[in-house]
Formats: sequence, C-alpha cells, structure tokens
Amino acid sequence: MQRPDPKTVRRGMLLALLMAWELVPLTGLVPELLLPRLSKTLAVLWSDLGKYSEALLVTLGEVILATLIACGLGIIAGATIGGVAVLRDLLLPVFSSLYAIPIVILYPIFTAWFGIGSQSKILFAGAYGFFPVMLSTAAGIRTIDPQFVLAARSMGATVYQQITKVIIPASLPTVFSGLRLGGALAIIGVVVAEMLTSSAGIGYLVTLNRTILDSPRVFAGILCILVLSVVYDILSRMLERRMVVWQLAGRRQATPRPVTQAAATSAAA
Amino acid sequence: MQHVANMKTAGTEGHAIEIDQVSHVYAGPDGGVPALSDVTMKVRAGRFIVIVGPSGCGKTSLLMMMAGLRKHTEGRILVNGGPISKPDPDRVGVIFQEASLFPWLTTFDNIEFPLSLRGMLRDERRRRSEPMLSLVGLTGFGARYPHELSGGMKQRVSIARGLVQDPPVLLMDEPFAALDEQTRMTMGHELLRIWSTTNKTVVFITHSLTEAVYLADEVYVMSPRPGRMIDHMEIDLPRPRTYEMMATDTFGRLRDRIWQQIRKAH
Repeated sequence: MQRPDPKTVRRGMLLALLMAWELVPLTGLVPELLLPRLSKTLAVLWSDLGKYSEALLVTLGEVILATLIACGLGIIAGATIGGVAVLRDLLLPVFSSLYAIPIVILYPIFTAWFGIGSQSKILFAGAYGFFPVMLSTAAGIRTIDPQFVLAARSMGATVYQQITKVIIPASLPTVFSGLRLGGALAIIGVVVAEMLTSSAGIGYLVTLNRTILDSPRVFAGILCILVLSVVYDILSRMLERRMVVWQLAGRRQATPRPVTQAAATSAAA
Repeated sequence: MQHVANMKTAGTEGHAIEIDQVSHVYAGPDGGVPALSDVTMKVRAGRFIVIVGPSGCGKTSLLMMMAGLRKHTEGRILVNGGPISKPDPDRVGVIFQEASLFPWLTTFDNIEFPLSLRGMLRDERRRRSEPMLSLVGLTGFGARYPHELSGGMKQRVSIARGLVQDPPVLLMDEPFAALDEQTRMTMGHELLRIWSTTNKTVVFITHSLTEAVYLADEVYVMSPRPGRMIDHMEIDLPRPRTYEMMATDTFGRLRDRIWQQIRKAH
C-alpha cells in the first residue's frame, strides 16, 4: 500500500480538528459554555470585526517592537558573549541560571514602572524573549568551524574581514533560529502581559470576555492569536529559507555527481 | 595558463623555502611541551616535497609556521628569501585537510574569496578564477554550492582557491586524507598534472607512504614528538609518474625505506 503524502495527512488532521470543533458541541457532549461551536465563534468574530482587528493591531505593534528588542539585543549580546572567551566564561553561567527564573513574575514591576499601556508590554515581552535568543546565539557562535577562520587568515583576511566575511555569514543560521525563537516568545510575552494587566489588545479582550463568561468571544480572541502565530511562523520560515539556502540544502543531503565525471572534464582542459 | 612560470623565486641559492634549526615549545607548566626540535630543510624552487611522520609529530605545526599562521620559538623560516611572520597569500597558498570551503559561497565565490579580500572587482575576479576552474577540471561547476560537490571536487575547488593568487609556494596539509582510496589516487594524479603546468613549489603532508612516494621529488621523514627530521630521500622515479610505477621494485624499496624509518623511530 502506498503511504499517503504527509502534507495531505496534516491537512486532513487540521480539517478533522475544525470539524470536531463544530460538531462536538452540537452533540451536547461538551457544553457550549466550555467550547462554543466554530461557526458561532466565527460569527462573533465577524460581527465584532472592528473591535478585534483594532485589538489585533495593538498586539501586533507591541509584538513587533518586542521582537526588535529581544532579537536585536539578544543577538548582539549573544554574539559578544559567545565570541569573546573571557565574557563567555564569566557571564554565560550567570545568564543560564537567570534563564530558569519565570520572568512573568517581574511583570507587576514592569507595570509599576512603565504603566499599563503598551510600553510595559513591549519591554516585558522584549525581556522575555531576550534570554533565550541570547543563549542560543551564544551557543551558535561557538559552533562555527574554526577551520573557516584559519582558512580566511591564510588568505590574508584582516580581523575585520574575518568577522564580516566569515563569522557573520557562518552564524546566519543561528541568528535566524534566534529570530524565530525571539519572535515566538515576543508573541507569548505580549499576550500574557495583556491578559494580566492592560487596557487594550487581544489578550485584554480574552480576559475581559472570560470574566463575563462570553465563551464565543474568548475563543474568537484565541483564534486571532493562533492565526497570528501561524502567519509569523510561515513568514519567518520563508525568510530563513531564502537567506540560508546552503544550510537547509546541506541538511537535505544533495546527491553529488561522481568525481570521475570531473576527471573526464579535466583531461580535456 | 596565461601566467607561466612564477618569477618571484627570490633567494640567492634559488631556495623557495629555508627552514633553519627551527624548534618550538608549546607554552605550559614545567617548561611547556616541546613540539619541534631543530628542524632544518631547504627546498629548491619548483620541487614537490612530501613530509611524512606519525600523528602528532608536529608536521602540521611546521606547515602552519611556513604559512605564517603559527609562531615558532627558535630558528629561522624563510619563504622566497624573506622571513614570514604573518600569512602572505602572495607568497604562500594553503590547502587544508577539510576543504574548508565556505558553504554559503558558490564555487566561483569560494575561489575568488582571496581576491575579494583585497577588494578586486567582480569582473576582474571572474577573469582570474575561470582559468583556475578549468585547470582543476571543474569547468561548468562555478555556480554550484559546496554541498552540491563530492569530496574530491571540493578539494579541487580548494586547490583552485590556493592557486588563484598565483603564489610561488603551495602548502598542503593532508589534503586528500578524508577521501576514499580511489578518489585519493585520482586526486594525487590530478595534483601532479596541475603542479607540472604551474611550476609551484609544493610542500605536502601525508600519512600515506604510497602517496608520498608517488607524488614527491623528495621525502622528509619526521620522528614522533618532539618532531625532528630523521630521514631525507630523493625519489628518483621518472616524471610524469604513472600508476604502473607503484608496482615496480624501486617504488616498493622507497616505500619500505620510509616505513622502516618511521618504525625505528617509535
């Protein structure tokens, strides 16, 4: 029997899930208060489209700025700490330990310092994404093959050229996985912050409607965040594929042509 | 090749490389670890020199010193008549064991890398890299990425990269060690062909005794650490070398002599 295409299977699973979302509440197995039907959720989303898109824009803006903070600072700090032996030995253990702290516990301090508006969300989510991005960049910088730098030196590369022409391109795959991680964490950070204390955004809408037991509107908010995360993931994958062709291709194990063929060409040369 | 013999072969006696009583000690506790002891060798321009020796005898260190990539504690190293204190791609090209091609660059861009370091423009770079590509037998592969090439092809690119600045001296650190036996033989033969058209002085490091005898004009044998030169022999097999020579008595005798030296030194 031929095995079905994984893509088809995945699509089938998604479809089954959406159908279950619609049908299970219909059967009465799960009360609609806990799981409102998909159609009802969509209807609510449609009728409140203005409100939801406004909230989504607020969330999106915060996510973008938080991602910039998390990735910008995280990649710079990670590259510095990972690349300089003294800093690495001194700081990396400290940051690895700090990583274990649930940063969300600091959110009340962020609101106290920066208010309950966008600023506190952006800064909190930025800090939330910063540590993992920094740690993964620091780890990635260390995996660069020292042979690359040695080869560049033998060809007369200055220190500046070693950095711009070897270390930076060699670390791009790491940087990109850092970007993806940072963006995903920024989304989490912003939404969590909005749900805790805020006056706008999707997280705020979810919390608000939860307190008044308006389940369809809660699920409409969840749906918005799901879509946001998925779109983000697709976009970042596309960007990564475009930027680091060589790395992805290496993983796919391209079949090289036999060398004898090249030898034949050389005989003619 | 449009640039025939390289005339940068300075030095009064026509020596491309002079290594005079070079010793090296790696810094460490108890006075450090001696790596090289009183190494002397003189290499005439245009010769193919092979250095063999057991693992860890310091032959790679010696090569890195000739390339200006590593410092030595004592003695004198002259390349083309002048001391070498830092990498100088005009005088020395280096080819490493792992092809060390940059995976994010195409074959063309990899070969042209040393040229781009000195700010040469793209058209001029391409004008220089194209003959290199055909010299190593990879015409038509310029736009490929390293992951699209086989191990032997990668080393061909690596050789082209080492030659593109036309240095008089080529240093090769076990360049074919990671290749399978058949590819290795082909590549050795190819290297001799390339060498005979470019008139470079080559210093080649290997573990393989067959490869040493097959390629070399002269073989140097090194002792285990701290590395010393324990034998130096001329390989008086005619050129061009052929695979059939490997089956001759002379070849076997030379190969055996190297082996005896290495075994004695242990």
